[in-house]
Amino acid sequence: MNPNYLDFEQPIADLETKIEALRLVGNDNELNISDEIAKLSAKSVNLTESIFSNLSAAQVSKVSRHPLRPHTVDYIASIFDDFDELHGDRHFGDDQAMVCGIARLSGRAVMVMGQEKGRSTKEKVARNFGMPRPEGYRKALRMMQMAERFKMPILTFIDTPGAYPGIDAEERGQSEAIAYNLAQMSGLKTPVIATVIGEGGSGGALAIGVCDQLNMLQYSTYSVISPEGCASILWKSAEYAADAANAMGITSSRLHDLGLVDHVIKEPLGGAHRDADLVAASIKSTLISQLAELDLMDADTLLDRRYKRLMAYGLSS
Amino acid sequence: MSSWLDKIVPAGILTNLGTKDRRSNVPEGVWKKCPKCAAALYKPELEKNLEVCTKCEHHMRVPARDRLTMFLDANSQTEIAAEVEPVDKLKFKDIKKYKDRLAAAQKVTEEKDALVAMKGKLMGIDVVAVAFEFNFLGGSMGAVVGERFVRAAKVSMEQGLPFVCFSASGGARMQEALTSLFQMAKTSAALEKLKQQGVPYISVLTDPVYGGVSASLAMLGDVNIAEPGARMGFAGPRVIEQTVRETLPEGFQKSEFLLEHGAIDMIVNRHQMRATVCRILSAMTHQPAPVAEA
Repeated sequence: MNPNYLDFEQPIADLETKIEALRLVGNDNELNISDEIAKLSAKSVNLTESIFSNLSAAQVSKVSRHPLRPHTVDYIASIFDDFDELHGDRHFGDDQAMVCGIARLSGRAVMVMGQEKGRSTKEKVARNFGMPRPEGYRKALRMMQMAERFKMPILTFIDTPGAYPGIDAEERGQSEAIAYNLAQMSGLKTPVIATVIGEGGSGGALAIGVCDQLNMLQYSTYSVISPEGCASILWKSAEYAADAANAMGITSSRLHDLGLVDHVIKEPLGGAHRDADLVAASIKSTLISQLAELDLMDADTLLDRRYKRLMAYGLSS
Repeated sequence: MSSWLDKIVPAGILTNLGTKDRRSNVPEGVWKKCPKCAAALYKPELEKNLEVCTKCEHHMRVPARDRLTMFLDANSQTEIAAEVEPVDKLKFKDIKKYKDRLAAAQKVTEEKDALVAMKGKLMGIDVVAVAFEFNFLGGSMGAVVGERFVRAAKVSMEQGLPFVCFSASGGARMQEALTSLFQMAKTSAALEKLKQQGVPYISVLTDPVYGGVSASLAMLGDVNIAEPGARMGFAGPRVIEQTVRETLPEGFQKSEFLLEHGAIDMIVNRHQMRATVCRILSAMTHQPAPVAEA
């Protein structure tokens, strides 16, 4: 199995392997081979289109966790200029599962932050697979409050399996850290835009997700519990994760239809990792135009609007 | 008058020995076994003792409505937002339909959903108090819990009345998916508004409080109180054990642990709950201190 492709993408992987092999023998009979390559490439695109036009929620969940999928640090590097990372919660430590800092968005000063899962094994461990501890949430809140003081909008990137379920995290008040962020974010006198770029896992995602504008990348997910967790509780076995994913409606299109997500940012065919620059450019232009709209509101209007949005969650219209 | 047997067998042993035999001989529903010490307790007596075991002081779970009845002054209660009822928007189905789970929970608990909200008096002070019904799908928070909670908080805000919440919940309600997650933000935002207006909020943790409820409304009290032995945490013990592959320390996530780690202000026995909360609230609102109850 090609590790760069997911299980349901294996037919595409097989074709791509063939194309690659043809390219290597490319020198003899050039004409015929380039014809053949073109034919196979077109076939590969068609196949990808047909597979991706009909993804199940469980398959989207796999794309959202694809090993090559761009992470928070990748987007920060490609969307912003002059990023200065700022560290530490000033009380306990610096949580590397949460990345925060000041940057420029097309010249404008902004505060950016997001969970970071890490790429290499060593980095994944250092970043705790993107599962923040209380100090991570407290660091994020410190930066948000700083952003409010210096009138910078806050742009968050959500990509986490969830807040870390560990003994130390419990001892230092994981619940309180998340709860306090939720409460404080509802009253921040500066625009907040949250974008789910991969996995939006539960309270650990929401703790940087209270916002004026909620975006999701097309193949990202956002849910109250992981499909595996939900399946093991309600179906009594994690094997039913696909059913759970489907029942919960964790995909961007479904959540947009339900009115819980404001805007879906399209991804290239096959997922964000197929063209990370393109996705970064889409996110960037989305953020710029959304900020321009939020800029038109004074602080009271902004807060009033945010409060009403929050109060409307769950009301049957 | 004590029998000859009482004189030769210590009380504790007699209690334990007697449990099994006695249970089979008594009419169903008159005795209740303490889940902690296994003592057989006479129900009317247990009720009079606020559902606290007369032998070992174990605080048993209490239905939401009974909780508010024992907390608020007699005949002082008016229910808030009772008309808000659950809707199965997602047509969620696991091994059972959510619709059927709701109907079953409604039948067992005689409640429409997992939160009951009341305006009432606490030793003469006007308050708004809400309580979670743990027997209703594990006290899980979905749209109705969130909506009733913020409507109760709104009554608090508008009338300047202290707000008290008794939580008992496994967390967010999975069958309502992302909507239930967003109830965390909704309830927390309402509490923040309450705070901005200087209205006190007391959060009382009763066993157990986890996940989406602990990581929102339950940990945001001006004062956080726990009943003895109540467990509170973000992640449940089983999930933590699977993640860290270590055995959890004795008493992990119990109220004594929470006090030691600074998560709560105090542990209060159910018998002192009314007086303690009233003492704190009357001080916070500069009203005369309550007179001790008989």
